[in-house]
Amino acid sequence: MCDNCGCGQPGENVTFRKPGENEEHTHSHGGVTHNHAHGDHDHNHHVHDHSGSREIVIEQNVLQKNDLLAERNRGYFEAKNIFAVNLVSSPGSGKTSLLEKTIRILKDKCSLYIIEGDQQTMLDANRIEKAGAPVIQINTGAGCHLDAGMINQAAKSLEVKDNSILLIENVGNLVCPAMFNLGESQRVVIVSVTEGEDKPIKYPDMFQSSNICVINKTDLLPYVDFDIEKFKEYACKVNPDLNFFELSAKTEEGMEQWIRWLQERD
Amino acid sequence: MHELSIAVNIVEMIEENAEREKAHNVDKFEIDVGTLSGVVIDALEFALEEAVKDSVCSKAVWKINKIEAKAKCRKCGHVYSVDDYFSPCPKCMGFGKEILQGKEIQLKSITVE
Repeated sequence: MCDNCGCGQPGENVTFRKPGENEEHTHSHGGVTHNHAHGDHDHNHHVHDHSGSREIVIEQNVLQKNDLLAERNRGYFEAKNIFAVNLVSSPGSGKTSLLEKTIRILKDKCSLYIIEGDQQTMLDANRIEKAGAPVIQINTGAGCHLDAGMINQAAKSLEVKDNSILLIENVGNLVCPAMFNLGESQRVVIVSVTEGEDKPIKYPDMFQSSNICVINKTDLLPYVDFDIEKFKEYACKVNPDLNFFELSAKTEEGMEQWIRWLQERD
Repeated sequence: MHELSIAVNIVEMIEENAEREKAHNVDKFEIDVGTLSGVVIDALEFALEEAVKDSVCSKAVWKINKIEAKAKCRKCGHVYSVDDYFSPCPKCMGFGKEILQGKEIQLKSITVE
């Protein structure tokens, strides 16, 4: 799905950029990359005479295009033995800090690639590059989520090697990214203890569709009212299969479980 | 505001289907939206008004059918209506559930000239 050009709809361009590169104005439709100006599209309908109107039953899933592309990504990742992880959360939960720490711990042990999603700026990609992993930044413009088409293009542009781990940092948003399958192997929802423990029942789609829940910033627990057991209880009501990691990306307490999970790919 | 991209997708699907049918005008289209689909129907209505502009369905009327969600309890197999993911099974109070319907966002039909 193209969130931005929308073929006839107003919008900004999605951009893909590695740190140090100039801005490219490209995006993909159905995995095919092209450049175009709005108004390029010609929809020539053949004129036929029809008397009266007729109803045509369609019954097509509206997200079908994204879902098909996501399956294509999944096949690509499986064939190359790439472990693709979609990291979702509200803004400010510490996704980028968790990635920086993860890269510093893992970069000499395995091959890691990062896709960064934000509406604007190269800030996160620059942080990741500094931490020492190949990265591409997707700026979605007005878009509130990454989609399978963006991941298809970004993964190809990153030239992700076989047997790697690909960590995808989605746009900070606990609502929309839940609906867009990227073809990931696992979905990880991150919350920080500075948020309310009722997040899982306020934003259930994200918790329902995730496999793992990382509870970050546990070093702040003595200073906030976050009730970790209550949080887990809410999350398990929404998704009884959810697995939890409690950690602090800042102090690295609890990081070893997360790192082991990434390495063992379960 | 993912409803806008969903509306854009709906219009693209209508255009593709209309072209296949060699129709130059779409009078009406119908969409099914489940109550657990994550789509706010009012927001979708608003987004569709923008998305249909300059398209084959610019003059179309549309109908959005709300599909009430149903779940099957993973513990006792009871099928029940749900409004959310976190309410327990009314029969056994278990939380695990398989959603049977109510997650769909579907273009159901178009009426062409």
